[in-house]
Amino acid sequence: MESVAAPRFSGVPGWLRGPLPILLSLPILALAQWATAQAPFLVYIASIVGVNVILAVSLNIVNGMTGQFSIGHAGFMAVGAYIAGKFSLETKDVYLPFMQSVAASDQLMFVFALLLGGAVAAVFGFLVGLPSLRLKGDYLAIVTLGFGEIIRVIVQNTEMFGRALGLSGIPQRSSIFMVMFWVFLTILAARRIASSAHGRSLLAIREDEIAAEAMGVNTTAYKVRAFVISAFFAGVAGGLFAHFVGIINPGSFTFVKSMEIVVMIVAGGLGSTTGSIVAAVFLTLLPEALRSIFTQLGGGDQTLAQRVDQIRMPIYGMLLVALMLLRPQGLFGTKEIWDVAPKWLSRRRKGMR
Amino acid sequence: MSGAAVAQETGGVKVLGTRAPREPHLEIQGLRVSYGAIQALRGIDLTVGRAEVVALIGANGAGKTSTLRAVSGMLKPAGGKILLDGRDVTGLKAHQLVPRGMAHAPEGRGIFLNLTVEENLDLGAYRRRDTAEIAKDLEYCFHLFPRIKERRKQMAGTLSGGEQQMLAISRALMSRPKLLLLDEPSLGLAPQVTETIFRTLKEVNERGMSILLVEQNAHLALQLAHYGYVLETGEVVMAGPGRELLESPEVRKAYLGE
Ligand SMILES: Nc1ncnc2c1ncn2[C@@H]1O[C@H](COP(=O)(O)OP(=O)(O)O)[C@@H](O)[C@H]1O
Ligand SMILES: [Mg+2]
Repeated sequence: MESVAAPRFSGVPGWLRGPLPILLSLPILALAQWATAQAPFLVYIASIVGVNVILAVSLNIVNGMTGQFSIGHAGFMAVGAYIAGKFSLETKDVYLPFMQSVAASDQLMFVFALLLGGAVAAVFGFLVGLPSLRLKGDYLAIVTLGFGEIIRVIVQNTEMFGRALGLSGIPQRSSIFMVMFWVFLTILAARRIASSAHGRSLLAIREDEIAAEAMGVNTTAYKVRAFVISAFFAGVAGGLFAHFVGIINPGSFTFVKSMEIVVMIVAGGLGSTTGSIVAAVFLTLLPEALRSIFTQLGGGDQTLAQRVDQIRMPIYGMLLVALMLLRPQGLFGTKEIWDVAPKWLSRRRKGMR
Repeated sequence: MSGAAVAQETGGVKVLGTRAPREPHLEIQGLRVSYGAIQALRGIDLTVGRAEVVALIGANGAGKTSTLRAVSGMLKPAGGKILLDGRDVTGLKAHQLVPRGMAHAPEGRGIFLNLTVEENLDLGAYRRRDTAEIAKDLEYCFHLFPRIKERRKQMAGTLSGGEQQMLAISRALMSRPKLLLLDEPSLGLAPQVTETIFRTLKEVNERGMSILLVEQNAHLALQLAHYGYVLETGEVVMAGPGRELLESPEVRKAYLGE
């Protein structure tokens, strides 16, 4: 084996290599924020895309990297959205006196709301992850599906969460900066997981659970951990969503939403973070593009455009069938764009030395 | 060698000959395994000495695989004790036993078919951080099985049965175990390939590794083994030095088809 030591990017001190990508992203995100300040529709679309990317990349940690089959991701998103949304509603007028401005105070509260939503979703991830220790394949899928529906039904019947009407008037504290920052964090986390000993364990579990166990992989711990991490980011995605749409209701988190995310990661290639990103972007923009095309065609008539929403799932379905026939491993298979990128970017490829 | 086949009956076990004394590496005491209502092991005793090859032979369904799975922590025993280096490790999971020097090459090889040979080997060393030593062990595996080296970039699923078994053994060795558990390495292999594999096991053992070898191929296993046990429907019925078992009329009749 060409046992090359992990190539070092000379010039960057070791302690900076972890936070460096995050620091680099900040000015770029700030620039994006500034550039889109006058384009609310663009911000909206970009935010939807961002939330879907977070959802897809995080679901891919469980379904792609670990080989479990979860189809209740919208449930975790709902938990995050409702917890974060409710928190912000209740603390709308709270001002943190140590912050310089109201805006800064709001942003800090917003971050806290997101973390809270993510944390509660992670707890649910833990609870849903437990059955994965005993159940495989279809059975686990049914449990996760049931979980998603149970969350929705609970919310729908809880006074505190506004029942079927949901929550409205959630302060719109989201920004393109915040959404993209979390997109970035999610991708970074997924990449770190894939290229670590953790990722190697997940890979082994995905390929053959019995063999992985025989080799000394603590399959139990890793499977549950994958669920927890995945649910955390889905919860954050829900929180972000709640804070840019301002209104959430149980209808936003149905089984259809879960399937949308599953379709994204399957189309992108289960196990490939790159694939999840590309497919999430494409499949989010596609209906938006169709909608504006139909609006144009219909001469401003909205009914035609509205129909796009109704035929979205059949289109997804057909796309997926076509893809599975032509390229069953998905667009990217299990490959990553950074596998072919410069060496210093890739650290340890696929977790293999 | 005490060639005199003094057969003793101790607790239903027919013990042949005498066993060269060794420090015990693995001791199994009264091990019981059940699958629901099915009792697969009804309390077996078995010892593997340090640097000893011990064969566990028996017909299909006798409980050989269950024994190995219980020892390596892949299933929870219903009763009995397992001692490793004199310490009680009963009930520990596989991921706790691998760092204590145990490696299990499961029945049916259990390699990662969709990964390359190299990736499989890499995963075998998954708990280790000593990069330089891992590289050495890799070279050692390639020395043991040159065919594996030739196919290092190939998907494991494209290997022949024999090569897959070689890979399974190599991958187990990559964790640098002190005790190797092998489940039917000869299963479905051509005689020459089996011979290669058994020659390698001998070489590995001569470097000090203890081996618990489960086999249906009694002839090969007992030739290699210092000591052997015969398992019948969840119970040890006979034990003795490999050669002596091989020559005993019971074994010849039941397992060598004579
Ligand atoms: N997972 C299982 N569930 C139920 N019964 C099992 C299971 N595995 C093995 N058994 C039963 O336990 C007994 C011993 O099986 P096993 O240990 O695989 O034997 P061997 O490896 O000697 O062929 C057999 O009767 C077998 O049918
Ligand atoms: Mg067996």
